[in-house]
Amino acid sequence: MLEMRHVTKVFNPGTVNEHVALKDFSLTLEDGDFVTVIGSNGAGKSSMMNAIAGVWLVDSGEILIDGVNITKLPEHKRAKFLGRVFQDPRTGTAATMWIEENLALAKRRGKTRFLSQGITRKESEEYKELLKILDLGLEDRLTTKVGLLSGGQRQALTLLMAALQKPKLLLLDEHTAALDPKTARKVLETTEYIIKRDNLTTLMITHNMKDAIAHGNRLIMLKDGQIILDIRGEEKNNLTVADLLHKFEAASGEEFTSDKAILG
Amino acid sequence: MNVLNLFSAMPGAVAQGLIWGITAIGIYITFKILDIADLTVDGTLCTGGAVCIMMMLSGQNILVSMLSATAAGMLAGLATGFLHTFMGIPPILSGILTQLGLYSVNLKIMGKANQAINVDKYDLLVSLRFIKDVPFYKNPIFVVSILLIIVVAILYWFFGTELGCALRATGCNGNMARAQGINTNTSKVLGLMISNGLVGLSGALLSQYQGFSDINMGRGAIVIGLAAIIIGEAIFSRIFHNFALKLIAVAIGSILYYMVLQIVIWLGVDTNMLKLLSAIVVAIFLALPYWKGKYFSKPNLKIGGDKNA
Repeated sequence: MLEMRHVTKVFNPGTVNEHVALKDFSLTLEDGDFVTVIGSNGAGKSSMMNAIAGVWLVDSGEILIDGVNITKLPEHKRAKFLGRVFQDPRTGTAATMWIEENLALAKRRGKTRFLSQGITRKESEEYKELLKILDLGLEDRLTTKVGLLSGGQRQALTLLMAALQKPKLLLLDEHTAALDPKTARKVLETTEYIIKRDNLTTLMITHNMKDAIAHGNRLIMLKDGQIILDIRGEEKNNLTVADLLHKFEAASGEEFTSDKAILG
Repeated sequence: MNVLNLFSAMPGAVAQGLIWGITAIGIYITFKILDIADLTVDGTLCTGGAVCIMMMLSGQNILVSMLSATAAGMLAGLATGFLHTFMGIPPILSGILTQLGLYSVNLKIMGKANQAINVDKYDLLVSLRFIKDVPFYKNPIFVVSILLIIVVAILYWFFGTELGCALRATGCNGNMARAQGINTNTSKVLGLMISNGLVGLSGALLSQYQGFSDINMGRGAIVIGLAAIIIGEAIFSRIFHNFALKLIAVAIGSILYYMVLQIVIWLGVDTNMLKLLSAIVVAIFLALPYWKGKYFSKPNLKIGGDKNA
């Protein structure tokens, strides 16, 4: 499915601000894997996502999706393989466009856009049905501008858009971090539902250890641009937060210092 | 200060406002939809006028001349788009560079700073001579209105297509657009081309209307366009929500701008001061949303989603 081979990315090389975001980073995902990703700030979680999504090109190494080498592909050309949900609810949707127009944009991901209609009547009906599963009442607001929705509604919509053209890989970059706890739980439920429904291979960054343990079939922890923990299968099912902290200390030789991640 | 003088000057102001309305709609596409302030237009307006007049003087058909003017405008937009997307130059500077380059290009097209065309010898589409005493279908107000409606109809259709939607998404949220597989660079270049094409067309009409093309005819075009957009929004933003109506509002804004200008002239204000006045008025209106946010908004303490999220 996804293969990252010895990927390295250094920001501001040769300056005082030099920062090694990914260091000889390798990761292989199987079809249908749902991998949760944790790590403290600056560990390289978002860099890993950005490397896959093509926000910038990596310095060395290779990235493959289903055997296709995408290392040098620009961001918009990789989009057909990927569904993405961002931390900031404003990033994933176009605020000045309608709900149905946003969905129609996602529907055409990976296709050539030309002079046919941007959205058809038939599609509108389709989207109405799709929005019902969110249970947010959005199905009656197809022509509402997305900018008028709340953060939680926008994240739920972005999720739906990410899955609209079944992506080979779903990238969730702390997509519940900016939401209040109740909304975050609801968005996470929707996430779980969509991943199961479409059997999506998923990478989910979270700042919350409990969520990282509760979801997915594999958990990886990053530190200094490398994977320091990789837990899967039975071991993952029996994992507790205390175990995870203990393992982190053993693997990194220091204490985990984010209260938010432990308590959240 | 004869009021009759003012009234008799108004049809001319309306006709000019309509012609500039096409420029303003072009500027609306870059400024409002793509979120780029494109200064190319100051040069493009003259390019359109120069190409149209020179082609007509060399015996070309009016339709061919005007289409060529539009195409020349699109080329100018392509140049700016190329500077911005391929060479990584910020959009404002890209526009300034193209505009400067166009000064030489425009001089080369015309051969000198000014080229006149005689309405009696050539079959012009619009002229200030047709403002009075001609059948209504020859009146520039009627002719340009029809053209404007055609332009608005085409744009309304285009921005509803897949390509048009991609362009809107690019201007609204580039990250989102790229994540949905849209090449935002292509979108920007396309938007700049459409915008400058319209400005070129407007320049072709303007030079016919005034009977000459002039190297300075586009000076301050961006400011006039922005003024038209601001006036149109101030009056119609609460009632016009449809995209086509918003474009019409911009054209009406342009007409109002020229009517006010006519009144200011009639009041005896030194015409040398007009550009300064326009600049000050537009600056204040551009500042209004900023001041509103800074001094008159309630602090937004709400964090996270709504309760019904």
